[in-house]
Amino acid sequence: MKYPFPVGKSDFIQGDEAIARAAILAGCRFYAGYPITPASEIFEAMALYMPLVDGVSIQMEDELASIAAVIGASWVGTKAMTATSGPGFSLMMENLGYAIMTETPIVVVDVQRSGPSTGQPTLAAQGDVMQAIWGTHGDHSLIVLTPATVQEAFDMTIRAFNLAEKYRTPVILLTDAEVGHMREKVDIPNPEDVELVYRKLPANEEEAKYPFGDIHGDLIPPMPIFGKGYRTYVTGLTHDEKGRPKTVDAEIHRKLIERIVNKIEKNKKDIIEYETFDLDDAEVAIISYGIVARSAIRAVKMLRSEGIKAGLLKLNVVWPFDFEMIEKIAEQVNAIYVPEMNLGQVYHLVKEGANGKARVELIPKIGGEVHTPQEIVKAVKRCEKCI
Amino acid sequence: MYLKLSYEIRDKYLRKDMLPTIFCPGCGIGSVLQYTLRAIDELGWSKDEVVWVSGIGCSSRVPGFVDFDGLHTTHGRALAFATGIKMANPDLKVIAFMGDGDTAAIGGNHFIHAIRRNLDVTVILINNFTYGMTGGQVAPTTLKGLRGTTAPYGSFENPFDIAELAVAAGANYVARWTVFNYIQGINSIKKALQKKGFSLVEFLSPCPISFGRRNRMKTAPELIKWYNKITVPISKAKNMSPEELEGKIIIGEFVDRDRPSLDEEYEAYKKRAKKMMGWEE
Repeated sequence: MKYPFPVGKSDFIQGDEAIARAAILAGCRFYAGYPITPASEIFEAMALYMPLVDGVSIQMEDELASIAAVIGASWVGTKAMTATSGPGFSLMMENLGYAIMTETPIVVVDVQRSGPSTGQPTLAAQGDVMQAIWGTHGDHSLIVLTPATVQEAFDMTIRAFNLAEKYRTPVILLTDAEVGHMREKVDIPNPEDVELVYRKLPANEEEAKYPFGDIHGDLIPPMPIFGKGYRTYVTGLTHDEKGRPKTVDAEIHRKLIERIVNKIEKNKKDIIEYETFDLDDAEVAIISYGIVARSAIRAVKMLRSEGIKAGLLKLNVVWPFDFEMIEKIAEQVNAIYVPEMNLGQVYHLVKEGANGKARVELIPKIGGEVHTPQEIVKAVKRCEKCI
Repeated sequence: MYLKLSYEIRDKYLRKDMLPTIFCPGCGIGSVLQYTLRAIDELGWSKDEVVWVSGIGCSSRVPGFVDFDGLHTTHGRALAFATGIKMANPDLKVIAFMGDGDTAAIGGNHFIHAIRRNLDVTVILINNFTYGMTGGQVAPTTLKGLRGTTAPYGSFENPFDIAELAVAAGANYVARWTVFNYIQGINSIKKALQKKGFSLVEFLSPCPISFGRRNRMKTAPELIKWYNKITVPISKAKNMSPEELEGKIIIGEFVDRDRPSLDEEYEAYKKRAKKMMGWEE
């Protein structure tokens, strides 16, 4: 197959562009979107590439429709993606819930900017973490990935598709204006070297009768896609294993929702990815994710040179969340610092995980600029002195 | 016109484990569903090549009762989902079964844009002038002065004429009938299904429980009589003055044309893209 961009070599491109190229290499052949800063470049790249690879790129009337079209495309068996930023992400919450409830594999990219509301359209933030996890109503779980570099944006986009397909769930690639607009060197693999996952399909007519049943005991039902003669009915109402609406049966609702949550939570070990820097002997831990983690790495080195034994846990996945791992770190260190470009979101998850075993301090920063390493160092030193 | 017995249609197309339907006594949705299934039957379409899409409301429960692939989605968004289905697999035939609140209120934007793009989908629209499922609130189609629970003293807003809206937005085929024009209704659905591009068949459909009861028309027969009083065939309406048409609803075929559909346009667009990039001659 011919690709409309160089493959098997490196290129110097924006994060947004990297996400689009990765999506195409991941097998995405349907993109629906609505213009929004700072995510439009993803759409523009998709618009350029999709017709050339026999895929679809279409501009919808709003973000409600964008994610709806993406879910529709997924039900006919096409890997599909949309991308947006805060204001559009808010609109997508409705159908994000529909994708969770109907167990539809889709990828949603949120290139975060400062909010609430229109906020600072061109400036980065990390204010949508809780929205990505809990923004849609009702009990649920899903997967949220947080790239820190353009290369990670590329790699995690491919991973987002693979996780979506494997677990039959929406996956959110939660990046920000900084990563989205930054240009960096990216290694683009040969397409044949890209490991791809495709959703489990029903093996036979009998399996297809249970599009929402745990028939393999792995909590993930095979997906009988449309147009194959299975005649599947899909609804956002509470449904039984066959997909029939059962809206007043507490037991059916509990079983369905617990399975949807557990297929993510019970597979945490497979889904969660993180990196550590100098954490083994650390007395002070910094826990960070996304663009801020890059300043945090530098801050760790600076703190070490000043005699403070600092270490970093860089989260590549912010949901599902490994509370137990945080508790272990809390048992080891005296204090945990969470620098975030918000007024405290992952901080609360870390605090819950630390379970009182270590002091947890937030290093917040809002207004559109990433924490400098010096700011993190200063905040850590100030606090370390005060105890 | 030979009509198959109803039970033949029922046995062939309905999911037995989903019956009975949720519809109230006197509701028109079952009739329109039957017309749609008869149209599919007469066209000889396979159950495996059609996808039914819907939003939220009484009429949107229809895809659950029919033995086809079906996507029962969120309120108003059926046509946005349908866009993804049709564009990702243009071989599939897509029917959207929608209500008037779903179509003209919460889904109004998706509706006009799906038509503007000329998405190849057939919309079967149940217009009962009310929100039936939630208990009889006024809709954007409720005629001025008619009552609903959210305008208990009579609607004070101007209603939408959905068929006219569809014509103006560029639909390829638009017809409106009452549920009781069954021959015309079936014929229009057949035409609509075969039409490439956007097609709409709207049915004025009785809702005695949520709508009629609040407007001194407690039974379906009373609503039939009212429909007869307020509807005018399009041929007759042409010779009527705006004053004479005041408060009337026109029924008949509004438009029948052949503009290229969205998927046809996109096929051409892909070719153009490859040519412009020098990938193809």
